[in-house]
Amino acid sequence: MRSTVLTDEPGQDAYKASNPGISAASPRRTGGDLVQLISPEGERISHPEFDLWVSDVTDEQLCSLYEDMMVIRRIDAEATALQRQGELALWPPLLGQEASQIGSGRALRDDDFVFPSYRDNGVAYCRGVEPTDLVRAWRGNASSGWDPYRHNIATQQIIIGSQSLHATGYAMGIQHDGADSVAVAYFGDGATSEGDVNEAMVFAASFQVPVVFICQNNHWAISEPVRIQSHIQIADRASGFGIPSMRVDGNDVLAVLAVTRIALDRARKGGGPTFIEAVTYRMGPHTTADDPTRYRDANELEDWAAKDPVTRLKALLRTKGLLTEEVEAKTQAKADEVARSLRAGVINMPDPAPLDLFKHVYSTPNSWIERQKDHYSRYLESFSGSTPEGAL
Amino acid sequence: MIKEFRLPDLGEGLTESEILSWKVAVGDTVALNQVIAEVETAKAVVELPSPFAGTVAALHEQAGSVVEVGKPIVSFEVDDAGAPPSAVAGSSEVASTESPAESAAKREPNLVGYGAVVEKSGRPARRQRMFDGGAAEREPVREPIPAVEPARTVETIAPLVVPNGPAAEQERPRSTPPVRKLARDLGIDLALVTGTGPAGLITRSDVQDFAAGSQSQLAVPELAPAAASAVGVSAERETHTPIKGVRKFTAAAMVQSAFTAPHVTEFLTVDVTPTMELLTRLKASREFAGYKLTPLTIAAKAVLIALRRNPTLNSRWDEGAQEIVQFNYVNLGIAAATPRGLTVPNIKDADKMTLLELSTALSELTDTARSGKTSPADLTGGTISITNIGVFGIDAGTPILNPGEAAIVALGSVRKAPWVHNDELAVRQVMSLSLSFDHRLVDGEQGSKFLADLGAILSDPATVMTMI
Repeated sequence: MRSTVLTDEPGQDAYKASNPGISAASPRRTGGDLVQLISPEGERISHPEFDLWVSDVTDEQLCSLYEDMMVIRRIDAEATALQRQGELALWPPLLGQEASQIGSGRALRDDDFVFPSYRDNGVAYCRGVEPTDLVRAWRGNASSGWDPYRHNIATQQIIIGSQSLHATGYAMGIQHDGADSVAVAYFGDGATSEGDVNEAMVFAASFQVPVVFICQNNHWAISEPVRIQSHIQIADRASGFGIPSMRVDGNDVLAVLAVTRIALDRARKGGGPTFIEAVTYRMGPHTTADDPTRYRDANELEDWAAKDPVTRLKALLRTKGLLTEEVEAKTQAKADEVARSLRAGVINMPDPAPLDLFKHVYSTPNSWIERQKDHYSRYLESFSGSTPEGAL
Repeated sequence: MIKEFRLPDLGEGLTESEILSWKVAVGDTVALNQVIAEVETAKAVVELPSPFAGTVAALHEQAGSVVEVGKPIVSFEVDDAGAPPSAVAGSSEVASTESPAESAAKREPNLVGYGAVVEKSGRPARRQRMFDGGAAEREPVREPIPAVEPARTVETIAPLVVPNGPAAEQERPRSTPPVRKLARDLGIDLALVTGTGPAGLITRSDVQDFAAGSQSQLAVPELAPAAASAVGVSAERETHTPIKGVRKFTAAAMVQSAFTAPHVTEFLTVDVTPTMELLTRLKASREFAGYKLTPLTIAAKAVLIALRRNPTLNSRWDEGAQEIVQFNYVNLGIAAATPRGLTVPNIKDADKMTLLELSTALSELTDTARSGKTSPADLTGGTISITNIGVFGIDAGTPILNPGEAAIVALGSVRKAPWVHNDELAVRQVMSLSLSFDHRLVDGEQGSKFLADLGAILSDPATVMTMI
C-alpha cells in the first residue's frame, strides 16, 4: 500500500451519519448542486460542510495527489501508445477521470476492498498495483494482473456493473465479521442502467451493509449519452433505493476526497451504503477500438477540456506557491520513469505457457480440469511430430 | 540498427487498415510515441505513435493503401543505445529487437465483443501469424539483427503463405492445427492434398505421403513418368464428373422437394412375422407358382389398402392453381436404383390390381428400370411412392418426397429381433417403416393413422378384413 494514504480518520468526529432511508431529506444529498472545492480555474472554493473533511490535507499530500494524477495520466497515455504499437490487445483510457479515481482511491484504508471496473486503473494504482501489472491482462498474458488479496482490489470487471454485486456481498461479509472496513464498487453511468447495479443497491439498502458505490459519470456509455440513459441525475437514482447519495465534481480531486471520506465514515459507523456520483468526462475513446468522433460533438470535448482535473489542481498548487520547479521536475521524472518501466515491462513480458491457462480455474484440484489439461498437453505434443499414431 | 514496425491489430479482431496519411518522411528523426501516421480501421481513425526513437529509414506502404495486419509499414534506423527499453535495462534490448514486429504478427485477432469478418478479402491476419510463429517461436531471443535480415526473412517465408493464388479462394481444406503446421513446415499446400480421414479430414500421414510423393516426382521425373503421374496429383486422386443426366435431374427434384414441401417423417417398427408366414404360404400356393413374390409385393398391397382408408396421403399440392388435388386412383411409384441413377417409375392404377397383377407389374417395372428402358410416361404421374431401402440392409430413414406427391414410405429390412410377443420375449421378424409426408397436405393425424394401418396390416394381414 501507499505510504501517504489519506484516510477519513481526522474527520471522524466532524460528521454524524445521517439517518439512512431518508435520503431525500439527507443534508448530504445535494440534488442538482455539485460538491466542488476547486473551481475549474483552480480557485479554492469554501464549502464549510465539506472543507472539514479535507482540512487535514497537508500541502505535501496535495502535491502527492497531483503526482498521482500526473503519473496515472502518463500510464494511460503510454498504455494507449503501446496498444497502437501492437503491444496491448486493448486499452480503456481513463483520460479526464484522474481526479475521480485518485481522489477516491487515496481515501481508502488498506483493509477496505475495491471492486473496480476495467477503466479504474487509477484506483488500482492507488492500491499499489505495479504499472506493468495493470496492463498484463490487456496484453492477454494473464487473466488478472495482480493478486486481489495482496492489494485488496479485485480483478477488473469487464461485465458492466456486476462488480457492484460482488462489493455488496463482500460488505455483507464485513458486516458479519463485525469489522469496520468498507467495500467500494466502482462503475460508470451506463452501469446504473444494468440490473446488477440495481440489485446490488436493493441488497445494500436492505441489509444496510458497509458499501460505497462510486459512479464515475463520464457522460458516455460507449456511444450512448447519459442524458438518454437517465432522465434524472444519476445520484437521484439511489434515492429510489433509500440510499443516500452525493453528487460531486469528479474533476475536483479534493471534493472527491471529501465525499468519499464522508461515505466511508458512514459505512464504518454502521450507517449503511452511500452512492457517489462523480461527474466527470471521458476525454478519450471508450477503448482503443472506439472512435468517439463518430458520435460525439467536438465542442463538448472542448467544454470539458476547460474543466480538466489536472490543470485545475496545477493552478491551485501554483496559487498556493506549491508548484515549485523542484516539484514539477520531480513529478515529471516520476511519470517518465513509470512510463519507461511500463514500456520495458510490457515489451519484455514473457508469454505465458499454454498450460498456464488451467492454473487459476479452481483453487483446489479438479478432475475435470485435470482431464482437459491432459488432453490439451497431448494436443500440444502433437505439434512436435513425434506422435504420428492416433494424431490426426 | 534497422527496426521494423508492423501494422498491429488496432481494434479487436481487425485484419486490415488503411493508411490515411504519413506524418513523417524518410530521413525524419522521430521520438518515441511521436505520431507517425494516421490510420483508418473498420472502427476508427487512429494515430499511430512511433514505437522507437530514431530516424525513418523506409516507408513500406503508400498513403491510401490498405494494409494487412502484420505487414511491415515502416522501418527505423535506431541508435543502439536509443532503443527505449534499453534505457531501462541493458538486457531488454535483445528481446525488444523483435518484439513489436513479432508480437504483431503472432497475435491472433481477438474477437471479443465485435468480431470483424475474417478472411473477407485477401489473406487474413491469422495466416500471417501462423507462418511467422513457426520461425519466431523457436528463437525467442536473438542477437540484434543486421539491417537486411528482417526483410529477407519475410521474403523467404512469405511464399509459403500463398503457394498459388486460386487456392486462397477455395474453402480451407479440413485438417487439424498440428497437421496444418506440418504441411506449412514442409511447404505443402493442403488444398492439393486429399484427405483420407473421417469426412475427408487431411491427416498427418496424408501430408507425409504427399510430401514423399512430391519428392519422388521431383527426383525421378524422366525415369518413371507413369509412376510420377500416379503420385499425389489431383487428377488421379479425384474424379471429376460433369453434373448431368439422371444425377442432375435427381438433384434438382430433391432440392425442389426438400425446400418446397415441409417434410415430416414418422417411424414405426412392427412384427411382420405373420406377413412373412403369409408370404411363404402364398409362394407355395399354385396360384402364385412362377411369380415373384417378395415382402415388397405384400407391403405395396398393404400401402394401397391403407391408402384407401387415408386418402389425404394420395394427393397433390397445386401451388399454381391454389388447390389440393386428391387422386381417386393410385399410381404407385417404386424407387429403383438403376445404373443411370435413381428413378421412380410408377404402376398406373395400382389400387385396382389384385395381388397377382401387382406382383407382375412390380417385376416388370423393376426389370424395365434396370435395363434402362423405362418410358417417360412411367416416370410421370405418380401419386405416392415406396422406397425399399431394406434391400440394402437398412432399417429406417427420412425419405424425401417425389416432387408432386404427398407421401413416401421407406421399407426397412426384415430382420430377426427380440420382440415381446404374447407378453413373452420371442425372436420375431421385425421391420421398420418410415413415412415422410408433406405437412401442407397431411397433418400428423392422417399421417399417423396411415402408418398405423400399414403397420397393422403387416403385423396381422387378417386385419385387412376389417378395413375393406
